[in-house]
Amino acid sequence: MTRGSRGRPRSGDPAWRAPLLGLAGIAGSLLIWELLPRAGVIDGRYLPPASEVIAAAIGNLGSSIFWSDVYDTMLAWAVGLSLAALTATATGLLVGMSPFLRRYTHSTIEFLRPIPSVALIPLAVLLFGIGIESALMLIIYACFWQVLIQVLYGVADVDTVAMNTARSYGFSPLQRVRDVVLPTVLPYFMTGIRLAAAVALILAITAGLVIGSPGLGSAISRAQQGGAITGMYALILATGILGVLINLAARWVERRALSWHTSVRAELAA
Amino acid sequence: MSIARRLLSTALALFALPVLLLAVWWGYTLGGSSFFVPEPVQLADTFVNTWITGERLTEDVLPSLQRLVLGLFLAIVLGVLLGLLVGLNKTARSLTEPVFEFFRALPPPVLIPVLMLTIGVGTEMQVAVIVSGCLWPVLLNTIEGVRGVDPVQSETSRAYGITGFSRIRHQLLPGAAPPIMAGVRQTLSIGLILMVISEMFATSSGLGFTIVQFQRSFAIPEMWSGIVVLGMIGVALSFIFQFVERRVLRWYHGLKEVENAA
Repeated sequence: MTRGSRGRPRSGDPAWRAPLLGLAGIAGSLLIWELLPRAGVIDGRYLPPASEVIAAAIGNLGSSIFWSDVYDTMLAWAVGLSLAALTATATGLLVGMSPFLRRYTHSTIEFLRPIPSVALIPLAVLLFGIGIESALMLIIYACFWQVLIQVLYGVADVDTVAMNTARSYGFSPLQRVRDVVLPTVLPYFMTGIRLAAAVALILAITAGLVIGSPGLGSAISRAQQGGAITGMYALILATGILGVLINLAARWVERRALSWHTSVRAELAA
Repeated sequence: MSIARRLLSTALALFALPVLLLAVWWGYTLGGSSFFVPEPVQLADTFVNTWITGERLTEDVLPSLQRLVLGLFLAIVLGVLLGLLVGLNKTARSLTEPVFEFFRALPPPVLIPVLMLTIGVGTEMQVAVIVSGCLWPVLLNTIEGVRGVDPVQSETSRAYGITGFSRIRHQLLPGAAPPIMAGVRQTLSIGLILMVISEMFATSSGLGFTIVQFQRSFAIPEMWSGIVVLGMIGVALSFIFQFVERRVLRWYHGLKEVENAA
């Protein structure tokens, strides 16, 4: 691994340098976090030292309550994300492939899309109380638009020549969708899923914090109200790690699903 | 004649579905009064009474919007400045990347209990929540944008002696603008979410607080009217953003068009 660095001292850095610096950055941040309350810059009651929080977080790993909270959060995340992805893809293909529908739904979609999903919190509480359905409603609403917009972009990007070729070769509509539209839409769809995966976690946690639907969010708010500050920070740390894992998984799936895709798409569509 | 025809057809495309949806909604509420769904006319009436003629506009909506705008402004300025600083230095980039990625992956609402503890409840906390949630997309996209700047441009700048501030102003910022704007767009919706839910915690004013209050007292039409207000803010933000983006990135969209046409 270190071979490249010795031969050519000026051209680029050795491969291990970036991960090592990254680790140093994490260690440095943890050290600052440890020292701030120890030195009394921030009251230790409000920000416990890193070592105590990490110890509590590791302790959580042996707790069945913690894992059942993780399960509830991830269940809402997975169900909400899948339902949103399915409905949005179906709607997106249907609307995107019909010029008539595209033209007539544009204003409605552009109007409904920016409505913040948290605006639906009171409605969700009224309809579903503190059950998982409240979380699902918020997640599905928010993720639906993320995926739908990407699928619409994708369908709009389908090559007209390829489409006309398929048509003149007598492809049935279903074949055209499968062989022409879907391969073009897939990269856009994956971008939408990657964004929606992060949004779904935010809303799964928010629903717990604000509404009290089961999961890590409500555990955080319980810990806060019970004055278990170290426990609260341990749970927050866990949600952050969960977020990182979801991001990594989404990127991995995206790379796998698009390994055949020759063009390297710009990430700007996000 | 054909212009009038085209205008009519555009208007039809814009309004046909919304009008149809309103009609369905109205028809649904006519059949029997549903507890959860108010009539459109009643909702419009409540909307005007609650938000326009009442004191809520100045007492709840405007302060909320002020916090949102202040928070977004601080987050964008901080994010771009820090992003330039970190993005220009390879060591700093490697050093901070995992930590920043963690903060970006952290669902921003969990910061509310933390900031409630460290800052206390109040306007500062709400602005801090918005800043701490909105900073990361802008920051990370700026770093990415600065890193992805065309090396030929950078070498040209150096050859022409364009360095320091004028290089940032004329080469780096425009070059990094597309990813920065993509980050800003993500930030807008996160900011709005955080504005609402930071007001649902231990405060006694603001849009989020008012809407939850309506829901708890089962004032259903008022609650719906609050949802409409939030929706309108979201739509307005998105239109303002699209307008600004089109101006800032005019050269970029033009470039894309030429590339796509080729």
